[in-house]
Amino acid sequence: MYGSLNSAELDALRLSLEVAVRSVAFSLPLAVVIAWVLTRTRFLGRTLFDAFVHLPLVLPPVAVGYALLIVFGTRAPVGAWLRAYFGIELAFTTAGAALATAVMTFPLMVRAIRLSLDNVDPGLEAAARTLGAGPLDRFFSITLPLMLPGILAGAVTAFAAGLGEFGAVITFAANVPGVTRTLPLALYTAMQSPTGDAIALHLAGLSFLLGLLGLLAAEFLVRRVRRFVGR
Amino acid sequence: MLRVSVSKRRGEFALQAAFAAPTPGVTALFGRSGSGKSTLVDIISGLLPPDEGEVQLGDTVLTSTQQSVSIPVERRRIGYVFQDARLFPHLSVAGNLRYGAARAGPATPVIVFDEVVGLLGLGDLLHRRPRELSGGEKQRVALGRALLSQPQLLLLDEPLGSLDLARRREVLPYLEALRDRLLIPMVYVSHEFEEVLRLATHLVLLDAGHVVAEGSVSAMSLRPELRLIVGADLTGSVLEGTVSACNDAAGVADLAVGSGTLRLSLRGAVPGTRLRLQLLARDVILSTREIAGLSVRNAVCGTIAAISPDEEDTVLVSVDIGGAIVLARITRAALSALGLHAGQPIWALVKAVSMRGHAFRAPMRPELTSHSPS
Repeated sequence: MYGSLNSAELDALRLSLEVAVRSVAFSLPLAVVIAWVLTRTRFLGRTLFDAFVHLPLVLPPVAVGYALLIVFGTRAPVGAWLRAYFGIELAFTTAGAALATAVMTFPLMVRAIRLSLDNVDPGLEAAARTLGAGPLDRFFSITLPLMLPGILAGAVTAFAAGLGEFGAVITFAANVPGVTRTLPLALYTAMQSPTGDAIALHLAGLSFLLGLLGLLAAEFLVRRVRRFVGR
Repeated sequence: MLRVSVSKRRGEFALQAAFAAPTPGVTALFGRSGSGKSTLVDIISGLLPPDEGEVQLGDTVLTSTQQSVSIPVERRRIGYVFQDARLFPHLSVAGNLRYGAARAGPATPVIVFDEVVGLLGLGDLLHRRPRELSGGEKQRVALGRALLSQPQLLLLDEPLGSLDLARRREVLPYLEALRDRLLIPMVYVSHEFEEVLRLATHLVLLDAGHVVAEGSVSAMSLRPELRLIVGADLTGSVLEGTVSACNDAAGVADLAVGSGTLRLSLRGAVPGTRLRLQLLARDVILSTREIAGLSVRNAVCGTIAAISPDEEDTVLVSVDIGGAIVLARITRAALSALGLHAGQPIWALVKAVSMRGHAFRAPMRPELTSHSPS
């Protein structure tokens, strides 16, 4: 029954992987910066900013997708500007699906990175200062390597979660076969079709397998890296 | 010269301290925990800004609230050895050592990698990770890492504080070697008098955020302020002298101190070298005349320089032996029975074995003349 995948299923799998990879690649550097800002700086409105970053965790995904449509839609202000100056189209594209996924998984990533940053002893950064390291140098030579387990954990968790993002993707990027129809969207489509039972079961099994593999890989990688950074 | 004159308030604690440390040399900041020693070194390093005041090293003003000067920590070239070593866990020992060296700038290095590795005995550790090191090894690596950043001043904040006695005695000889071989001035924070005795060339006594006295270790050993910190049992004068003879077969060595000679139970002393030793006040016996037939190996003649109050029932008698002062603790009863008074000639008797383990190699550079803050 699970012997082979038809081309539509392969498309969905490929798209899911592509969307998840692109969303992680796009949001990871930003997540590191924001985690650092939220952990190491104090400024007016920090709590509000913190809440805003975490908003996708508690909002209905459809609302997030709708908000993205308002900002990044073809005729929306930012969307039109991106299109005019950079030729970037987000609504109803794979890139758009990646953006919606990135926004939804962003809080997960920031949380994991913050946890790892909390474990980086500021005393080590002070020691690096006395050894002549300036702010950027310190960040890249001490802080970042020591955060690596958390960054990796955040990336893999966000990737695994991103494979299955549904509500925001379908709202912002729609359900276009081969463009934005990722695994969960394909699964949903199959369930809507009277003859799609076998395909739905197929795709559900695949999602289950991918999720499990993702989590196991995360655990394995984090352990390896932790040993590498000596903690 | 390192000149520090700063104030800092932290909640209930107020630091207001000024001292001048001769450079090169090892200046010990000595006081009970909470007396402000660590705050003071943090201010010197630049990690902590003072509320007010100045830190000046040689001709360079590092911090001055009045002139609005504050050189960033990373540009001060001040090495810092922390109590908890703070080695970078993701780097090997070699990586840690090179971290500071790589950022030391183009100036000609005062000390190079191989020299540090040799001096601190790090050769077998280079490929290890910090978590595979013992406490003593970690501190040696931290010391090497700080040295390789080519500092113009080295701060050591209780570097042996987290080590047990055995580990401490393992690291101390390395510190002595650094003191005698390198010209890098050091500020050494400690609350263990043995470390001060072994390392310091200048001693600053701190109490409750204030400098209560500063000067040479010998001069400070006679001060009541030091007695308050080390406690009555460790009261005793610190003497420096030259080994005049050594008899390893008998296990004794003679030390010329002031106008007298002290014989101590010590093997392996090299004639001509200078030693520093602490003579505990409770180990010194006074006699108004020379007595024969005692096992006591030392009877040195001097004059009573002063009699000062000590604990409730005792007094401290300062005996001047040709410029060197020996402190003797005697009961008030003995004082009145012997009728002792200042200016009187007196014999000080000391057992050779009571000085066993209290003699250390003296700093190679002679101590600078002592002075007290005004």
